[in-house]
Amino acid sequence: MKSIIDLVYLVPLFPLIGFLINGLGRKNLSKSLSGIIGSGVILASFIVSVLIFNETTAEDFTAVTVNLFDFINVAGLNIPFAFQVDQLSTLFLLIITGVGFLIHVYSTSYMHEEESHHYARYFAYLNLFVFSMLLLVLGSNYLIMFIGWEGVGLCSYLLIGYWFKNTEYGNAARKAFVMNRIGDLGFLVGLFFIIQQFGSLTYTEVFSQAQSTDVGILTVITLLLFIGAAGKSAQIPLYTWLPDAMAGPTPVSALIHAATMVTAGIYMIARSNILYTLAPVSQTVVAVIGLATAILAATIAIKQNDIKKVLAYSTVSQLGYMFLGLGVGAYTGAVFHVMTHAFFKALLFLGAGSVIHAMQHEQDIRKMGGLAKKLPHTHWTFLVGCLAIAGIPPFSGFFSKDEILVNAYAHNPILYWIGLGGALMTAFYMFRLYAMTFRGTFRGSDEQAQQLHESQWSMVVPLIVLAVLAAVAGFIGIPELFAPGAHRLEHYLAPVFAASTELRAAHQLDHSTEYILLAVSLTLIAVAILYALNRFTKKPDIEDATGFGKTLANKWYVDEIYDTIISKPLNGLGYVFNRFVEKSGIDGLVNGVGKSVQWGSRQLRLLQSGLVGTYILWMVLGILIFFVITITILN
Amino acid sequence: MPINYYIILAVALFSIGVAGVLTRRNAIIIFMCVELMLNAVNLLLVAFSKMHYENVAAFNPSLQVGGEAQLFVFFIMVVAAAEVSVGLAIIVMMYRNIHSVDVNFLNRLKH
Amino acid sequence: MSITEILFWFLSALALGGALMMVTSKNPVYSVLWLIVVFFAISGHYILLNAQFLAIVNIIVYAGAIMVLFLFVIMLMNLNADNEPQKNKWLKLAGAVAGGSLMLVFIAAIRQTEALKIQQVNTGGDIGLIHSLGKTLFTDYLLPFEISSVLFLSAMVGAVVIGKKGD
Repeated sequence: MKSIIDLVYLVPLFPLIGFLINGLGRKNLSKSLSGIIGSGVILASFIVSVLIFNETTAEDFTAVTVNLFDFINVAGLNIPFAFQVDQLSTLFLLIITGVGFLIHVYSTSYMHEEESHHYARYFAYLNLFVFSMLLLVLGSNYLIMFIGWEGVGLCSYLLIGYWFKNTEYGNAARKAFVMNRIGDLGFLVGLFFIIQQFGSLTYTEVFSQAQSTDVGILTVITLLLFIGAAGKSAQIPLYTWLPDAMAGPTPVSALIHAATMVTAGIYMIARSNILYTLAPVSQTVVAVIGLATAILAATIAIKQNDIKKVLAYSTVSQLGYMFLGLGVGAYTGAVFHVMTHAFFKALLFLGAGSVIHAMQHEQDIRKMGGLAKKLPHTHWTFLVGCLAIAGIPPFSGFFSKDEILVNAYAHNPILYWIGLGGALMTAFYMFRLYAMTFRGTFRGSDEQAQQLHESQWSMVVPLIVLAVLAAVAGFIGIPELFAPGAHRLEHYLAPVFAASTELRAAHQLDHSTEYILLAVSLTLIAVAILYALNRFTKKPDIEDATGFGKTLANKWYVDEIYDTIISKPLNGLGYVFNRFVEKSGIDGLVNGVGKSVQWGSRQLRLLQSGLVGTYILWMVLGILIFFVITITILN
Repeated sequence: MPINYYIILAVALFSIGVAGVLTRRNAIIIFMCVELMLNAVNLLLVAFSKMHYENVAAFNPSLQVGGEAQLFVFFIMVVAAAEVSVGLAIIVMMYRNIHSVDVNFLNRLKH
Repeated sequence: MSITEILFWFLSALALGGALMMVTSKNPVYSVLWLIVVFFAISGHYILLNAQFLAIVNIIVYAGAIMVLFLFVIMLMNLNADNEPQKNKWLKLAGAVAGGSLMLVFIAAIRQTEALKIQQVNTGGDIGLIHSLGKTLFTDYLLPFEISSVLFLSAMVGAVVIGKKGD
């Protein structure tokens, strides 16, 4: 009997079929049918993923490569189109298809106001995105990953600019795509270096040769790959696209910009963990940039007033934490945080979507307040999400964030304290958001108050499922501190990170230090939460920011700096080229050719005098010349 | 007579005909120069037929070759006659329309 | 010099002179007459070459029919030297030069063929006589002969159609 793993190609195949059906048949399908097809294929992929997961939990399971067909085979470079099924890719499969399915179901009612062919277009794009993301995590070599990498970038553009009639949204989509591409350039150059150094792009071949490679070249490769990750996962300096990407529909923000696409960078580094462990300089760079991004985004989030923007900056900040984890060698911790973040961030975004839906597309939290009574289910699920992201036990966020911070302390205590500062800010701004939205008194208009109602079941059920997951998912990663040998996730992922774990020095803190750190951080976080709740319930942050707060509200003016340093000079250069090189030079040349041909033909036209006699004269002269040539040549 | 002399004579007559076509403006004169050219060619053909006969008769006196060229001349005359009749009809037509046989009046191709 | 040679030179001179006079004559009627002189000279050449049939046909068809036709048309249009249109002087020069150049080119081409100088033309032989020509015409070239009658028919029809006063 063939193992289910041989059928792993079904997992990306189902969403691809969904994309084709919804994309090609979008004028003919009814809305309910598009929704069913779009969500159904993801459910099918999820079921296959669960079956594959079952196989991989066996004690003696080793990574399996499923070869589909020969893709590139030229001059000694062989890149097959193959999938690698191991614990890391299976975990991501579950996250992508599971959370993806919930978001698809949510979308069926969130997007209900769209016309049917736009509705089908939405699901086609979503399915295409899931397909690309699955390719990314399933690939057995860097090229398949890159194909998926590009695919998710494209779908991100398509979905951010979904309401294409609005030029602002289109600009946001373009901004996302261009910044992604800048990162992709680094990624691609990294791939070229890999080919040159290792002669292959397949993971197994590259990693087996990694230990015997010069550290300098490994550093270059890993830094280039990290540039790609910075573009895709919104780290400094390529993060400004993600807040603007909130122009897209809220389920899109949940799926792409919280749970899946932005985690592609972390997946890539986790997959290449041996390369990073062997290049400590890159690891430091990753950790520092991750931490800096975490802090920067957290500071901006404190003063944002759009519910989605707060969540967007929160995502950037949490991604920074994941990179911090990768940078200090806590690969399992980073992947753990990816998983828990997928649950609670998707939950928070979908909850925000529910609020926006109830408020007739109002997104400014200064106009909300006191929604807890009117939207009960949204309220309690959102609260669960906030507790999870703040890191309160026993919710999932506590376990994953704690693992990263502890490993950071073991690496370098400064990283821990700065990271803790970021965690405090996270708790603060999340509960500011919660308080201003759900607590206090309603500050919106009267007609908005009349329309407030809880969302339909198809939107509420995914919220509930995600809330449950955000609450209990942490228990698969109980640290050594509380119960030895209970860290099921670490045990599960051990084979993937085995080589790295051997190499790095054992970062073991003694238990007393860990208890103290835990106690300190929990206390400070609890204080921050209570302070935020208290202050913002009573006195919501309605007035415009002043002084330092204004800088935060304006995102540290980073966008404006980029505009001045990069966009304006490029535009100026383009203008110069247009005026001088294009118009005078090239156009002049091309038009000049045309003009000279016209002039020549005008001169030739004078030959046509209309007089027969002249024609005969020309004929005779022609024959003359012909004869002369014949005689001279033939002799 | 050496064949050269006949060739040069025919060429001279032909060139005079060409010069006439290019120089004159009267349509009828131009037509006559064309006839002159045809005749030059006829002369040359006949001379060549005799030359051919000479070449062959040196080896084989009884063989009669070269008659084809003279038949060809005959056909040229046939065609020339037909051409003259049609051409003159056209010239008469032209005269009826513009009351002149000046070739320079036929410049409608200019527009 | 044998009588044949003298006749050859005389007839050649006559032909060339007549041609020149024809081309340069102002009065179109004189041009026609000079052309008739040329035709007679060429027929003389034919007789020298013992192409008797062609000589006679040349006189009958060309000098007799075609030239008479030309004369009819000239008389019809009442052309004489007074209203003879004159070409632009430069064009006349260009035309003369073109014709002369053509002749020179041809002669230059002939100069290459030195071997032809000794090639003689046979002034005897039977091939120009009417019976041998007739034999070849009606056996080997019967089809062109018949087609030429169709040609004449079409020329006649064409001439009549063109000449009709249109309606």
